[in-house]
Amino acid sequence: MYSTLLSINFDWLLLIEKAVLIAIIISVSLLVAMYETWGERKVAAFMQDRRGPNRAGPGGLFQPLADGLKLFAKEEIIPNSSNRFLFVLGPGLAMLTAMMTSAVVPWGSHFDLFGRHISLQIADINIGILYIFGVVSMGVYGIMIGGWASNNKFSLLAAIRGASQIISYELAMGISIIALLMITGSLSLKTIVEQQQTGHYYVLLQPLGFLIFLICAFAECNRTPFDLSEAENELNFGYHQEYSSMKLGFYLFAEYVNMFISSAVMATLYWGGYDVPFLNDATFGQAHGQNLLATLQVVSLFVKIVAFIFFFMWVRWTIPRFRYDQLMKLGWKVLIPLALFNMLVTGFLVLLKQNHWHF
Amino acid sequence: MQPLTSRARAVERKPMTMWERMYLPAIAKGMSITFSHMFKKKPTVNYPEKTRPFSPVFRGLHVLNRDEQGRERCTACGLCAVACPAEAITMEGAERLPGEENLYREEKYAAKYEINMLRCIFCGLCEEACPKDAIYLSETFAPANYTRKGFIYGKEELLIPNPVTEPEEFAKAQGGRVKQ
Repeated sequence: MYSTLLSINFDWLLLIEKAVLIAIIISVSLLVAMYETWGERKVAAFMQDRRGPNRAGPGGLFQPLADGLKLFAKEEIIPNSSNRFLFVLGPGLAMLTAMMTSAVVPWGSHFDLFGRHISLQIADINIGILYIFGVVSMGVYGIMIGGWASNNKFSLLAAIRGASQIISYELAMGISIIALLMITGSLSLKTIVEQQQTGHYYVLLQPLGFLIFLICAFAECNRTPFDLSEAENELNFGYHQEYSSMKLGFYLFAEYVNMFISSAVMATLYWGGYDVPFLNDATFGQAHGQNLLATLQVVSLFVKIVAFIFFFMWVRWTIPRFRYDQLMKLGWKVLIPLALFNMLVTGFLVLLKQNHWHF
Repeated sequence: MQPLTSRARAVERKPMTMWERMYLPAIAKGMSITFSHMFKKKPTVNYPEKTRPFSPVFRGLHVLNRDEQGRERCTACGLCAVACPAEAITMEGAERLPGEENLYREEKYAAKYEINMLRCIFCGLCEEACPKDAIYLSETFAPANYTRKGFIYGKEELLIPNPVTEPEEFAKAQGGRVKQ
């Protein structure tokens, strides 16, 4: 029996390869999230004519380490009247869903190392976008469970706000993605990037769709101007009011990881993903080797991601928070009709193109 | 209605145009403003490394002065304590013994001289009252301590370094505004 099991032709090295890749991507997203907190404070400071953290290390570079250490050293308080299991589950779930999305994002084409063809994507599943949507919708459970388990009115209100906000904006986001999918004809993120490498970036074909997606991404990440679920002046920090120590840190961290991942998704869907602009990948790969090309691609994707992250922060320190009715009005009365309009126009044009109309 | 001042302006309440209702131009304008602020000069002074220059009449912590030969000027006359509106100064006088002429300028000196820095209001009346120019308010400020007791400054804290043996420390403690 063992002999039959062992004789199945299974690539055991693939497991190791993927495990290493997962470890790298998770640690990189945590590192990026750490330095996002530093960047956020610096950007905020510069935009308000301040200096920002500049005491810990050169330019305050060790500030995230100090912050993390502080969070670990804080006393951990679980309220008596809370549901203990769910109270601990909440931040864990928020972190888990934030990390899971990175599995389908292609971080580069592939490396040729040790005679192996190592793809820089953990899983190239053919329903990549659907998977992202599924996981992102799960993200609201972190807020919901945390807010409910705290047994605090403010937390519960914040959780309800967060849930209804994410549900409303997911609709518009989904519809704007449908318009994109009509053009690509594929749900696999790798295929979408490869199409953009040879053709145009999809932001050129879908400017309105990208704008809607961007706004909805802000809402999904609970970033200002959509941070109603943690509105500090109305709701006392909302769903993480009762949290302390690293459980609070997990919530805050999950927000930054979410920001990183949604930047990656936006870059992948609309801005060519790991494609290096103004560079013919195929000829460059033959001339200078695949590994150099893949490195360049990873760098290119990260430059795009950092630009998006900066944009997230820039918006946060410019635009004030929406009122709740304004938020709902924007979601249901503006973004969804716009997204539907965008989808219909795109569908019409795709249909014309398929019937060999040239324009 | 007659406006009350010449600066009154009527508020426009006309409905927003399509362009305004899109909000995106206004958002872009706001974002350009915040972006331009990123490159502006920061008004912050990096405090412990850099300090702002004081005005010449700044009144900081007190210093008990010495004369050019390094002798204490204070004669424990008590005029500063009388002048002090916050009653922050106490002292005990003592007579100079033979052989101490290089330490104290007059025949009488302050054996104990204490200023409670928590009571002091830094008005500078002690400096004005002193007939011997023995006390003046320096440019040092922001004392820090763990206990209230630590804010009662004795002679060790107040007395200026000796100008003969430690001229550099003396000049530093003296600052730029002592009356000689």
